[in-house]
Parts: sequence; C-alpha cells; structure tokens
Amino acid sequence: MLATAIIVFREVLEAALIVGIVAAATRSVPGRSAWLVGGVVAGILGAGAVALGTERIAAMAEGVGQELFNAAVLGIAVLMLAWHNLWMTSHGAELAKNARNVGHDIRDGRRELSVLLIVVGLAVLREGSETVLFLYGVAAGEGGASLPMLAGGLVGVAGGAAVGYLLYRGLLRIPLKWFFTATAVLVLFLAAGMASQAARFLIQADVLPSLASPLWDTSAILPQTSIVGTLLHGLVGYDARPAGMQLIFYVLVLVSIAAGMMWINKGGSPSAQKGAPSHKGAPS
Amino acid sequence: MRLRLLAAAAVLALSGAAAAPALAADDEFKLVIENHKFEPAELVIPANKKVKLVIENRDATPEEFESHALNREKVIAGKSTATVFIGPLKPGSYPFVGEYNEKTAKGTVVVK
Repeated sequence: MLATAIIVFREVLEAALIVGIVAAATRSVPGRSAWLVGGVVAGILGAGAVALGTERIAAMAEGVGQELFNAAVLGIAVLMLAWHNLWMTSHGAELAKNARNVGHDIRDGRRELSVLLIVVGLAVLREGSETVLFLYGVAAGEGGASLPMLAGGLVGVAGGAAVGYLLYRGLLRIPLKWFFTATAVLVLFLAAGMASQAARFLIQADVLPSLASPLWDTSAILPQTSIVGTLLHGLVGYDARPAGMQLIFYVLVLVSIAAGMMWINKGGSPSAQKGAPSHKGAPS
Repeated sequence: MRLRLLAAAAVLALSGAAAAPALAADDEFKLVIENHKFEPAELVIPANKKVKLVIENRDATPEEFESHALNREKVIAGKSTATVFIGPLKPGSYPFVGEYNEKTAKGTVVVK
C-alpha cells in the first residue's frame, strides 16, 4: 500500500504544484474558481482518454509518439504560462487594485481564464494519465484489484493535492505588494522547467541532439528522488542530470518571457494610469 | 498595449517551434519485460554513441521504463513495444527500473 501511495503521490504532486501556483496567481481574476475546477475535471477526463489510447499514441511516429505527445502538451503549457504572465503584467496591478473595474472587459478576462483552464487541464492530463495507467496495472495485475493498493492510490492522490493546497494557501499569505512579482517569478520558472522537460522528451525521441548527456551531475548532492529534489523539479524544473539541450530550452524560455514582461512594462500598461478604465485594443 | 502582448507571445511561439528532426542510423538493443522483470537485466552498450533501445513489454499490464541516471522515462502499454533513444554516454553503470513494479523490475545499462 505504501509503495502505491508513494508512486501516485509523486505523479499527482507535480500537477498539484502547478494548479496551486496558477490558482494563487489568478486569485484576483473574477470568476476564476469555476474555470479552475473545470480545468481539473477536463484534465481528469483527458487523462482517462490518454491512458486508454496509450498504445495508439505510442505507436505513432515510429514508436516515439508518446514523446512527441508529451513534448507538445508541455510546449502548449509553456506558451499558455507565457501568455498568462504577459497578460498579468498588463492587467495585474489593475486587477489587484480594483477587481470590479475589469468587469467591463469581459472578453479579455475570458481569454485569460481559458488560458488558465488549458494550463490546469494539461497538467492534470499529463500526470493523471500515468496515474491512471499505474492504477489500472494494479487493478488488472495478478490476484485482481487489491484493496490496500487502491487505498494507497487514494492516499497518494490526497497527499499530492494537500501539498498543492498548502502551497496555494502559503502563496496567498504573501503581502499584496509583492504578491504579483512572487507569483510571476514562480510561473516563469514553472514554464522554463516545462520547456526543459519538453526538450528531454524530444531528445529521447531522437528529434533533438542532447548536446551533452549529462551536462552536469548533481545527483550525489541533491538526488532528484529526494523530497527537496522532487519539489524543486516540480517548481523550478530541477534536473540532477540535465542534457545540454535542456538548459538551452530552459534559458531561452526564461529569458524570452522575462524580456516580454519587461517590454510590456516599459510600454506603459493601462494599470499605470490610475483610476482610468482600460480600453481593449487601445495601442499604448 | 494589446499589440505588444500579441507580438511578445508570437516571438515566444516562434522560439519554441525551432526543432528539426535529426535521425541517423543507430545501433539497436533489445530489452524484454516479462513477469515484471527485465531481460537481460544487464545490457552492455558502446560508449560515446547514441543507441536505440527497443523495449518489448510482454506483460498484460503497463510499465514505466524509468532511469534517473539515463534521464529517461517512458510508459509502455501492456503487450506492446516502445523505443527509447539513449546516449551518447560515458563509460559506467546506469541503473533503470520499471516504476510500476519497482521491486522486481530492475536493470542496468553498462556502457563500455
């Protein structure tokens, strides 16, 4: 039972951390709770579908369909997180100051909410499909479904969700003054970490060269299987033995999003004009 | 304002899409999963060379080939075959497991 709980916990944790950060980062966006729940539900349904189609996905593209699928899912999530950070850069301060004022800009808000739904949905889908497959294996294994093992699975899901919730509650305690910066930095690293994972899948599929495998090895100092290593992997994309190509993806995404945010800031966001309602489509 | 947002997003999209296939003739090695065990449990491959690992899962249940040392993970459905590219690697021992049956499914890639 314990072994099952630990495996499921590890799979669920990564998705839970993403959901926790995204939930905190969008707390001032009106109506975001329903979209968050929608994302999780869609992700679970998607996970079931992906688990069912594992064999078919794997057989695509001469046996590397799974890698391409994972890389695509991660790539879309990176783009969505990038969009989220850029959107928050232009609307964040305004949202924090006066949540009611953004009500008129519904269409723009809805786009951000659908981005949120996709990020959450994809995170749950990717980690969830592996959980579903594992639990299926447990249930279909010799001797049929064993109750203690399935109970372990539930404990693992609950544990992972609890850590995500704790992260969310913790983030909400950050004073408003720093809150936007803090969550933006977290989302930034989350996106960079996902880009690095996407690169790893593309290397595994032989679509990209590794350039160096590994570039460094810190597994003796901070193993990725340790609690701290697992958390850092989920939060900032820590990898004990990364390939050179992974670092390139990581830095590229980190710098691109940060540069985009700085550019938008410099261009003068509508929120800089205090009290003035923002106008959709108005060039700065 | 919105123009800037869109332009910034477009630049990001382009930077992420620059991936070209680089397939070459590779050495191929075979691993079999049966009764939640790897056969052979020790696989010898050449150093400083990219190799193609073909893993056949003869069990009815899915397995996840996972190796932190090789920095690889791949789910293999029951009764199916999967491909994983590894290397080029330095000489040494690289352990791997079947994550769904970690107690029995263990093996090592030995690079010589």
